[in-house]
Amino acid sequence: MVSLNTPTAAPPGAPAGAAPAGRRPALRRDGRYAGLFLAPSLAGLALFTLFPTVMALGISLFDWPVFGERTFLGIDNYTHLLNDPVFRRVVLNTALFVVLYVPLNVVVSLGLAVWLGPKIRGRQAFRVLFFIPVMTPMVANVMVWRLLFQPGGLIDTGMQSWFGVDAPNFLGSSSWAMPAIVAMSIWQGFGYNFLVFSAALDQVPQSQLESAQIDGAGPLQRFRYVTWPMITPSIFFATTMTLITSFQVFAQPFILTQGGPGVSTQTIVMYVYNQGWQFLTMGLASAAGWVLFVIIMGITAIQFVGQKRWVHYDV
Amino acid sequence: MTYRGTPDTNAVGRRVRSGVSHVLLIAVALLFLGPLVYAVSTSLKPADEVFTPTPELFGSEIRWQNYADAFTFAPFGRYFVNSLFVAVVGTLVVVVASSMSAYAFARLKFRGREQLFVLFLGTLMVPQEVLIVPMYWLMQSLGWVDSYWALILPWAFTAFGTFLLRQFFLTVPAELEEAARVDGCGPIRSFLRIMLPLARPAIAVLTVFTFISFWGSFLWPLIIVNSVADKGTVPLGLAQFIGQQGTQWNLMMAASVLAMLPTVLLVVLLQKHLVRGLLVTGLGGR
Repeated sequence: MVSLNTPTAAPPGAPAGAAPAGRRPALRRDGRYAGLFLAPSLAGLALFTLFPTVMALGISLFDWPVFGERTFLGIDNYTHLLNDPVFRRVVLNTALFVVLYVPLNVVVSLGLAVWLGPKIRGRQAFRVLFFIPVMTPMVANVMVWRLLFQPGGLIDTGMQSWFGVDAPNFLGSSSWAMPAIVAMSIWQGFGYNFLVFSAALDQVPQSQLESAQIDGAGPLQRFRYVTWPMITPSIFFATTMTLITSFQVFAQPFILTQGGPGVSTQTIVMYVYNQGWQFLTMGLASAAGWVLFVIIMGITAIQFVGQKRWVHYDV
Repeated sequence: MTYRGTPDTNAVGRRVRSGVSHVLLIAVALLFLGPLVYAVSTSLKPADEVFTPTPELFGSEIRWQNYADAFTFAPFGRYFVNSLFVAVVGTLVVVVASSMSAYAFARLKFRGREQLFVLFLGTLMVPQEVLIVPMYWLMQSLGWVDSYWALILPWAFTAFGTFLLRQFFLTVPAELEEAARVDGCGPIRSFLRIMLPLARPAIAVLTVFTFISFWGSFLWPLIIVNSVADKGTVPLGLAQFIGQQGTQWNLMMAASVLAMLPTVLLVVLLQKHLVRGLLVTGLGGR
């Protein structure tokens, strides 16, 4: 292709004829350049993602203290986890968080997105407002809520002055701590799904809603039969992403309750952290991390299999 | 047609409903803002007025001094510099590495391209929690524990950026580049001179999301930083407050507000781009 350095002189038909001849050497050249362009990412991902993923599985088969002798254990770390009442409790706590958080998050964000509809003025302001805590540092958000939930904090004093009753000690009570963590997390996280849903609702053609209305469909029927089928891909996407991230919950319980009272709000990731960096048993920590990974993959797979029943990509 | 009432009363009804709807929405927005307002309000109160018998928006004075005091109470100056350094360098690495690989996947033809791309996307599935144990061991082996390297490099190669920019590069008409190539312009020059300048909006989105995720990251710094006073980042510094006897809540809130400020500004200023970028990729957040 080097000879074609005066393209302005070439007639309009020439490039079309020249292209096939030039494609083959270009392809070979491309291969060399591809290596160059891919090198940083490929090296980085191999060293910092692929290798550690496999290594994590390896470490989980050892008694692997941070310092000192390592001994091969086989699957002992995994059987230890199965029989550890703390780990079982931690899995249940995480499941409880997910079961409370995901549906509430979707209902709140979808409800608000539908309510705000495409016609309301100042919609962009709401989008930005709700999105703020999604982006601000999680630790800062949680700190604010720690003060909010504190005896003598805003919720407590508010209830005292308006209803004359003390608020429960949210973070110190085993029945209130988890709902408190869920409430905080909803406040922090729903803005993302709100954005996804309101963008999806914008795509529903107004004309179809109007013709359904003319045919006598009420608001609920219009939502069920016109809007819903069109937004199911977004709902699928949002629930899947929210499910994945909610299994990884860490900073909220870590800062609000330190997993307490007792271990009633300790989550799987907190367990990984504690095993690894409090008790310095890396093998067990790694095994717990892999259990989490398998749970997440399983749930995602179930979501993908289940979507055929209710997600419509063809409308 | 099922008109309820004449068109006239229908319109009135609609206006009333929309009025009520607006009032309720503003109430929801205020409720949502409550925690943020509370944080700012507390950050400006004297220490002994944080806990009052009734909710008070203002204390007996507006103490801006709290913001300065937060920096002397704990080394927040150091935390902010560390966080800024880690986030800026990390973002740079992410943008350079992902724009290069994105270009390869979008524009260069090589054997195994599709399979390699699927492998790239596959790495997105691995949660950070699986990686932290071997990553810590890797950092130990490299002698990087408690270093800036360890804060930056392990998370600076993500398929997310590659995916986002590839999606953008695919929308650039191929003719633009072909013309340049006919001119004797190789892939490197065409990448630098044509694609990168065109991709500025997508790069901006990636920059902001990456910066924000470095800025807010907590679990990894918590693990890898031993000398918090020296290598600590802002979230670590904030978390240091917990469990201390007699937490200085007003200073604490001042520091939290300062930690939120850069991200709030970015979101408000770049709202349109961020929303688009987020929806194009369907990722972001944490």
